[in-house]
Amino acid sequence: MTVTENPTPMGFGRMHRKEDARFVRGKGNYVDDVNLPGMLHGSFLRSPYAHAKIVSIDTSAAEALPGVKAVITGAVLETLSLAWMPTLSYDTQAVLATDKVRFQNQEVAFVVADNHYIARDALELIEVEYEPLPVVADAKQALAPGAPVIRDDKEGKTDNHIFDWSAGDKEKTDAVFASSDVVVAEDILYPRVHPSPLETCGAVADFDKVTGKLTIYSTTQAPHAHRTVYALVAGLPEHKIRVISPDIGGGFGGKVGIYPGYVLAIVGSIVTGKPVKWMEDRNEHLTATAFARDYHMRGEIAATKDGKIRALRVDVLADHGAFNGTAQPTKFPAGFFHIFTGSYDLEAASCNVKGVYTNKAPGGVAYACSFRITEAAYLVERMIDVLAFELKMDPAELRMKNLLQPAQFPYTTPTGWEYDSGDYPKALRLAMDMVGYEKLRVEQAEKLQRGEYMGIGISFFTEGVGAGPRKHMDILGLGMADGAELRVHPTGKAVLRLSVQTQGQGHETTFAQIVAEELGISPDDIDVVHGDTDQTPFGLGTYGSRSTPVSGAATAIVARKVRDRARIVASAMLEVSPDDLEWEKGKFFVKGDPDQAKTIQEIAMAAHSSLELPEGVEGHLDATTVYNPPNLTYPFGAYICVVDVDPATGQVKVRRFIAVDDCGVRINPMIVEGQVHGGLADGIGMALMQLMAFDEDGNHLGASLMDYLLPTSLECPSWELGETVTPSPHHPIGAKGVGESATVGSPAAVVNAVLDALKPFGVRHADMPLTPSNVWRAAQGRPIRTDLAIQ
Amino acid sequence: MQITVTVNGESHTRDVEPRLLLVHFLRNDLGLTGTHWGCDTSNCGVCTVTLDGVPVKSCTVLAVMADGKQVGTVEGMERADGLDPVQQGFVQCHGLQCGFCTPGMMLTARCLLDKNPDPSEQEIREAISGQICRCTGYENIVRSVRWAAEHEAAAKAEVTS
Ligand code: FES
Ligand code: FES
Repeated sequence: MTVTENPTPMGFGRMHRKEDARFVRGKGNYVDDVNLPGMLHGSFLRSPYAHAKIVSIDTSAAEALPGVKAVITGAVLETLSLAWMPTLSYDTQAVLATDKVRFQNQEVAFVVADNHYIARDALELIEVEYEPLPVVADAKQALAPGAPVIRDDKEGKTDNHIFDWSAGDKEKTDAVFASSDVVVAEDILYPRVHPSPLETCGAVADFDKVTGKLTIYSTTQAPHAHRTVYALVAGLPEHKIRVISPDIGGGFGGKVGIYPGYVLAIVGSIVTGKPVKWMEDRNEHLTATAFARDYHMRGEIAATKDGKIRALRVDVLADHGAFNGTAQPTKFPAGFFHIFTGSYDLEAASCNVKGVYTNKAPGGVAYACSFRITEAAYLVERMIDVLAFELKMDPAELRMKNLLQPAQFPYTTPTGWEYDSGDYPKALRLAMDMVGYEKLRVEQAEKLQRGEYMGIGISFFTEGVGAGPRKHMDILGLGMADGAELRVHPTGKAVLRLSVQTQGQGHETTFAQIVAEELGISPDDIDVVHGDTDQTPFGLGTYGSRSTPVSGAATAIVARKVRDRARIVASAMLEVSPDDLEWEKGKFFVKGDPDQAKTIQEIAMAAHSSLELPEGVEGHLDATTVYNPPNLTYPFGAYICVVDVDPATGQVKVRRFIAVDDCGVRINPMIVEGQVHGGLADGIGMALMQLMAFDEDGNHLGASLMDYLLPTSLECPSWELGETVTPSPHHPIGAKGVGESATVGSPAAVVNAVLDALKPFGVRHADMPLTPSNVWRAAQGRPIRTDLAIQ
Repeated sequence: MQITVTVNGESHTRDVEPRLLLVHFLRNDLGLTGTHWGCDTSNCGVCTVTLDGVPVKSCTVLAVMADGKQVGTVEGMERADGLDPVQQGFVQCHGLQCGFCTPGMMLTARCLLDKNPDPSEQEIREAISGQICRCTGYENIVRSVRWAAEHEAAAKAEVTS
């Protein structure tokens, strides 16, 4: 049997993925599959306490264990000036704890041994004496008078405050609120969650003493940015560092930052002279690598009596954990949260975000959140339903009444975003038609008569994805622009080199399709090279749904540059002026004489031949570019979720989920739909299952997949997708990002559906995750606190 | 301890520590890295292999427990005449993204189809419910398995007609 369906399209369309050939045969090459001769294995000793002074560490017994090659502590790193490293938010983070530990499972010592089992044995032999300190587990207590100061390593620090940041016109917003008929407020928590891809984080570091070259295979979404940071931190020359990000088993934002494990693998390799592998386990992954959200939001919405929304005001307490390690553009300490006015036409809006330290793991921006647009979208979509509850209005009608209209684009929001394009009412109407909205409301009313509770939840989201422009957006001073290089070989086959890195999004296929569309070379004849800093141009990597908006644009532009060169070569071949040539996918022909034509393959050979080219025209057929996006792209969507809720047990069954997405032009619709499917499952998980609470001692209560429940095939319904297409006017091929759309948009739809079902109980709001016990409590009118193990 | 395990039809004899997990034996001792490892608690299923024809989580089996037994991994799925229909189904229906869960999912699907050549969507969902996929939302995995079922049935019909 052979795979024959879906022939390769010459450009955009449903094409099977080129990368699948290796994955279905078990021939992927993930970091843990990298096995170098003489390789050693590293493992961390971690802190059992959330906050404690380190009195002493005794590593002698561990060092004496046969097979142990090195035991590295914070004291050792101090001698190398590596005990602390900068975070992506201009804070510092302990690589190994020296003075004290600041969250449970913080890295305390690193053992390098012949194999993983011996390294683990050695950890048991390390004696650490701790002196426990009072813990800040509750973000709301972080700034209380007398709260223990977590970051006493920072000179002069006397509290746990990190930043205050605001956006929008506060005065104007307050004035609108003062003159509005209806004002509703709600406390809304977007709890801490963790992206938890199935591949945990890891690295293999290989330092060659003779050449001074350091090669790091690591689970990174941003290999170039990592290389620059390693150069700056470790003082290693950048050209002697090679970061390879091979196949990545899912990232979702959790593989953007630099973790102590990567640094220790490097140090381990330098110390032992051997390659060192570090691969964390699931418990370490869940408790010590980047979490997401943890936003305590107070939203206020102002409207007229008949449901015209006028203004939104938000106050946020942002829990950043023990080190401020969020990954977002420098100017925006709260990410893009200030896009919280969503898809609606408001007079005014303002927000204030206060960041605090707690004795919890660092992170904050991860998990397909588009730099905190998840929190923003959830806030506004929940507030709309809260307002609908108070006004006794249908939430679909309330949304329809307030959505931005197509004629308003490009639209500048009250907090300064310039939305590029959209037809919002059309998308919402399509979703309502697909689900049969009006009929469902009738069914819901009938069911209620019989004592059955069903709920219908809507969410309409707008995202801004594809950072830069570089003048507004940088990470650690590195502007968010990305390079692309395209070379067409003499025989007409091509290689495209990109700065972005796939973690499953199918770049090897999609980007080849863009070149195919622009040059008429079959995608099968185009190799996409990525994930290796020695082989690809500089760029900031893949996160925030930026690959298609940024590198997709770079690819189209670099292909057009090649086409321009090909035109000149063809004109020399055909002995006509370049202006007399016309392009048809795959060939140039003489205007009015289509038989006089040269294919791109013929042109490629000629470009490398002895053919005389016009003065000033270089030979060969290649080009490079750096794409600095003029604006973000703004995908949007209308989601509707239908649930059945049993208030007696708290059980929620997701019956249907309709997702209408508009991400502009779709390069490979099959891949786009796959991206959406995955994000929708995330929405179910976050809304109903994924609980990551802490007890008062700072113990992590979601530290394994037995406690932190990820959705399985049984919780997910069969997704029903729809689409509208509103091209981005500023993107060369009209595409917008889509990777995170569903993760951003879906949680609110699920929560709104459950709360819609609970409306007869008078429930206006309850926080995620709406686990059976929380649904039951909500129906009983009992309080819920999902960030702490205190009820 | 010395053990002899037959993996994908090939017999391997090795000295192993009694505590060595089967997943590590396959990955590190035999270099079969298509079987992945993803959790500490038998929840994720990326380590799924077959043991005497039944899907098991190889992170929960000691290598010594596989002594004298038949183990099947993703590397053994391809047939002389090409990919297994399950592997083809995953390509056809975009049943994988990052590929990390894929070997385990495909092996479970293979075992399901061997027992039940025409499974319903619900039966497929139940069969794979002990395994997690973070990328696909399961929809296309279910379709992939259905694709394989239908193509196997069609191929059989061709042979018998
Ligand atoms: S590794 Fe997760 S179940 Fe085996
Ligand atoms: S394809 Fe990535 S986990 Fe399933």
